[in-house]
Amino acid sequence: MAEKTKDILFGPIFDNNPIALQILGICSALAVTSNLNTTLTMCIALTAVTAFSNFFVSCIRNQIPGSIRMIVQMTIIASLVIVVDQFLRAYAYSISKQLSVFVGLIITNCIVMGRVEAFAMKNPPIPSFLDGVGNGLGYSVILLGLGFTRELLGSGSLFGYQILERTVDGGWYNTNGLMLLPPSAFFLIGLFIWAIRAWKPEQVEEDVFKMKPHTRTSDAF
Amino acid sequence: MFEHYLSLFVRAVFVENMALAFFLGMCTFIAISKKISTAIGLGIAVVVVLTITVPVNNLILHYLLNEGALSWTGIPALATLDLRFLGLLSYIGVIAAIVQILEMTLDKYVPALYNALGVFLPLITVNCAIMGASLFMVERDYAFGESLVYGLGAGAGWALAITLLAGIREKLKYSDVPDGLKGLGITFITVGLMSLGFMSFSGVQL
Repeated sequence: MAEKTKDILFGPIFDNNPIALQILGICSALAVTSNLNTTLTMCIALTAVTAFSNFFVSCIRNQIPGSIRMIVQMTIIASLVIVVDQFLRAYAYSISKQLSVFVGLIITNCIVMGRVEAFAMKNPPIPSFLDGVGNGLGYSVILLGLGFTRELLGSGSLFGYQILERTVDGGWYNTNGLMLLPPSAFFLIGLFIWAIRAWKPEQVEEDVFKMKPHTRTSDAF
Repeated sequence: MFEHYLSLFVRAVFVENMALAFFLGMCTFIAISKKISTAIGLGIAVVVVLTITVPVNNLILHYLLNEGALSWTGIPALATLDLRFLGLLSYIGVIAAIVQILEMTLDKYVPALYNALGVFLPLITVNCAIMGASLFMVERDYAFGESLVYGLGAGAGWALAITLLAGIREKLKYSDVPDGLKGLGITFITVGLMSLGFMSFSGVQL
């Protein structure tokens, strides 16, 4: 049992990462990662929503009629997101302003919906809760990695504290403006996926077309 | 007036492209862009749903949720209500309901289109681009006419982006990509380059 719990909780972090393997929840991964403050807030918000929506849906999974289950799940998720949104507005207004629509978009974040549908509908509440936390962590690992790289290289700071002395302030670090722009997030996720798959080769996707060996450029030289 | 709408439309398609500038609807954008034909089908479905849901949510906001929006009922107790905190729940409800109605209508009256769209229609409910457009409409305080144009433009921009990506990916299948980057990895990098291209529109003043 302990082994299984560990699998549920830590499996999604690298072995079955929601972003890098399941293609879930990418939207917000890109837009909120230009600095670590918003990234961390988003990670906590998403982990909380995923965990609790999994828990509540799992509690009533035997009572939900199959035909309207989407609506029931949506209502539960939307209510949880409203709670998170109101909480952020009350206690972290400036961050909530920066996140703008992306807090609301947790509702349509595929991680939440995907885990509810794939895991919580079939499993008891406690494992479902852990599965939610685990997937939230998997998402957070990628997001924090992105946020760390983008803020450090893009503005030379972490959590708003200056780490690298910027040239505009008389230091040595010339900031990389590209890192603050949206496209850099795509490149970084691409490279992250490459790194994870280099480490765990079983995640590599099959070629759609098998090429003859002598036509591969890598074999030609 | 016409010019205002036109500039709003062009801005929604190119400058503020849902997929490439705001990264909305990314999950479907990346998961369902392997073939041009399915990408176009999904794109059309998104255009249709966005053009309907954004204006409807606009009406919901202005006649039900905003502070004092219920004053048309004539009941003094309702006139001062501010129900904006229910926004998220009502928008997603409206979207889910409209997608469901659209699915039933298409099934009955336009079966050809219904079969072409297939599973994409129900998938659209959880497409963040749809919800995102409604939330942007609220944040930017669009009037009804503007919201209609914005919905259409946002949908067209998203459809354009997914079709372009599908075109690139169809060619990409034949290329020799490093093992770890195959599939998902190289797609992300492609999308990044496309997004970089679309950023050249961001200086356009309309």
